[in-house]
Amino acid sequence: MKHLRSIDELGVDGLVDLLQLTDHMAEINQRPVPKVPALRGRTVASLFFEDSTRTRLSFETAAKRLSADTMTFNVSTSSVNKGESLRDTVATITDMGVDAFVVRHKSVGIPWQISQWTTASIINAGDGAHQHPTQALVDCYTIREATHVQNFAGMKIAIVGDIKHSRVARSNIQAFTLLGASVVLVAPPTLLPPDVSHWPVTVSHQLDDIIGGVDVLYMLRLQSERMAQGHVPTLREYSEQYGLTQKRVQALKSDAIVMHPGPMNRGVEMQIDPSDVKNSLIHRQVANGVSVRMAVLFKLLGSGSNLGGQA
Amino acid sequence: MSKSLVIKGGTIVNRDSHAVGDVKIENGRIVEIGKNLKGEMQLDASGCIVSSGFVDLHAHLREPGKEEAETIETGSRAGALGGYTALVAMPNTDPPQDSVAVIDFVREQGKRAGLVDVVPSGCITLGRQGESLAPMAELASAGVTLLTDDGNGVQDAALMRRALEYARGLGITLAQHCEVAELTKGAVMNECSCCTDLGLPGWPSIAEELMVFRDIELVRITGASMHFLHLSTERSVELVRAAKRDGLPITAEVTPHHLSLTQELLASYNPVYKVNPPLRSIADIQALKAGLRDGTIDAIATDHAPHPRRDKEMSLDMAPPGMLGLETALGVVLAEGACEIRDVVALMSWNPAKIARIDDEHGRDVVAGANANLCVFDPQLTWRVDPERLASKSINTPYIGRTLRGRVRHTIFKGTPTVIDGQAQR
Repeated sequence: MKHLRSIDELGVDGLVDLLQLTDHMAEINQRPVPKVPALRGRTVASLFFEDSTRTRLSFETAAKRLSADTMTFNVSTSSVNKGESLRDTVATITDMGVDAFVVRHKSVGIPWQISQWTTASIINAGDGAHQHPTQALVDCYTIREATHVQNFAGMKIAIVGDIKHSRVARSNIQAFTLLGASVVLVAPPTLLPPDVSHWPVTVSHQLDDIIGGVDVLYMLRLQSERMAQGHVPTLREYSEQYGLTQKRVQALKSDAIVMHPGPMNRGVEMQIDPSDVKNSLIHRQVANGVSVRMAVLFKLLGSGSNLGGQA
Repeated sequence: MSKSLVIKGGTIVNRDSHAVGDVKIENGRIVEIGKNLKGEMQLDASGCIVSSGFVDLHAHLREPGKEEAETIETGSRAGALGGYTALVAMPNTDPPQDSVAVIDFVREQGKRAGLVDVVPSGCITLGRQGESLAPMAELASAGVTLLTDDGNGVQDAALMRRALEYARGLGITLAQHCEVAELTKGAVMNECSCCTDLGLPGWPSIAEELMVFRDIELVRITGASMHFLHLSTERSVELVRAAKRDGLPITAEVTPHHLSLTQELLASYNPVYKVNPPLRSIADIQALKAGLRDGTIDAIATDHAPHPRRDKEMSLDMAPPGMLGLETALGVVLAEGACEIRDVVALMSWNPAKIARIDDEHGRDVVAGANANLCVFDPQLTWRVDPERLASKSINTPYIGRTLRGRVRHTIFKGTPTVIDGQAQR
């Protein structure tokens, strides 16, 4: 495995393999000194062309715990603002000796384009509304951790909100269904792609119709600009129909799980404090982010299966 | 007296005939058709088709303004290699072709290059802004016969109505890029399942069809003549077919890429496949081919759109739309096998010459007395597209590495060979 750009590219075997590897990483993260020399001498460059807090920090932490060197490319001070092309930027950093690029960009397809211009591995940390494969890995791992099931067959997962513009949704639909779950998308038609009939999902426009039957309720962030673009008339109307309220929490099955990829829009899709939800895994999603990204980095850059001892 | 030239042993394709023979040319004109003709210079055409030179209704030559991508000279050379003897130069230059001064400049640069007739089209509205009419009568008196805001469909229906009314009085044709802009904001590719998977904003077929419908109805009430640029959808073909059945003065073109490439190519993330209107579905391709065969579509036009490499190395959403077309058009059209050789000549020469109103000098039958603007092509020859060998200044062709069928062997422009055995002479 050279790159991680989409869940599709990973396939079910690659997905399961990475989830198992994550268990090892989680164990390392429990140690008093959570650091191993597995990637000593390797260099990981973060290329974030879009704002990110948790994903970037989680990748950098993961790299450091595996003893890789890290390089952060700051777009606001970079030559990109002096008109340097992305291709030249990538070539320049490659020449410095980089083993992997972690890339986030507002444009779909950038990780694939970049992989033609460098010999380094590419990890997609989000490209437009297309893919965010490590988030999907985090979410699958978090569900496995909470439910202790390896296979999602028979599990019903609702993804609620702005599916149309969501890379998290696209990666998670692939990952959840690869693991056997049945997925229902819940959104007004304006926040769904025009036609999803070829996706292995069902669609509902009424959260209240399905909320009582789901095992996992996955809430997406609604960006306020969607209102200006006419996708929803008002945020209030959206949150009334699709937001998680105390009433809806009570409609959930007693063991149903609530997830959100963050950052949350309190008062929009989350009308309650997540800590008020008994089975909220939102904090576990963040915590598992580091372990999953360690697994990804090790899979792409590690030599063999030896994780090494303590650093 | 220039030297006499004889094109030997090709199959001469005319509207009512189809026969092997020699073509003798002197002083820019065909002087004799026959057997065993002799001239000071002879070009072999055995196994080849000899037809009137091709006419492209839709070439972006980028000069003035974007000479980094193409110049009138390099575009003319690419055209000659593609068998063209006339190119309609699209007006989205910088400055745009909305004044006589720019029209004259483009035409003069064409003459200076001397490889094809460069026929400047003018803008419908000032600066292609869609707000107020360009000086249409002045442009017409400078010899312009086609006006278009290509790339920007005229959005304002009232303004388009006025433009058509005014054009009718001048006896010129308006050409429309059909795209309702509100429906294509940020669009990168056809709205389809592939676009859903990629999370890209879609360019729905209806954005084209709504404007096709609107303009057909505007033609119906104004009586002006109208040409539809690069139609790309099944329903657009149906609308134009019905309009022609009603006898409206409407013509339409399709590009080689919309006949040969589909939307799924965008899943390679390669902006070389980004074009406007976007590549569509197999069903659309089949409908366009049916339109070619039944005469709904009058012309194959390239929409030759050179872009420098760095522009096409941007992301899918940022890269400009457009692809090269002049050097590959014939090979793509014949490889697709959508129609007979005679139809190809009609679609690439006879009909577009008429639409551009240059049929006194182009698109004429190959007979004694006609201007010697000719194309000699081998309809069977297969070849692979090598970006290093393109005459265009840019290399943004989607056909790199693909095998095409049919290649231009010689091109004769005003009696002088611009291409001999596939090699540009200047």
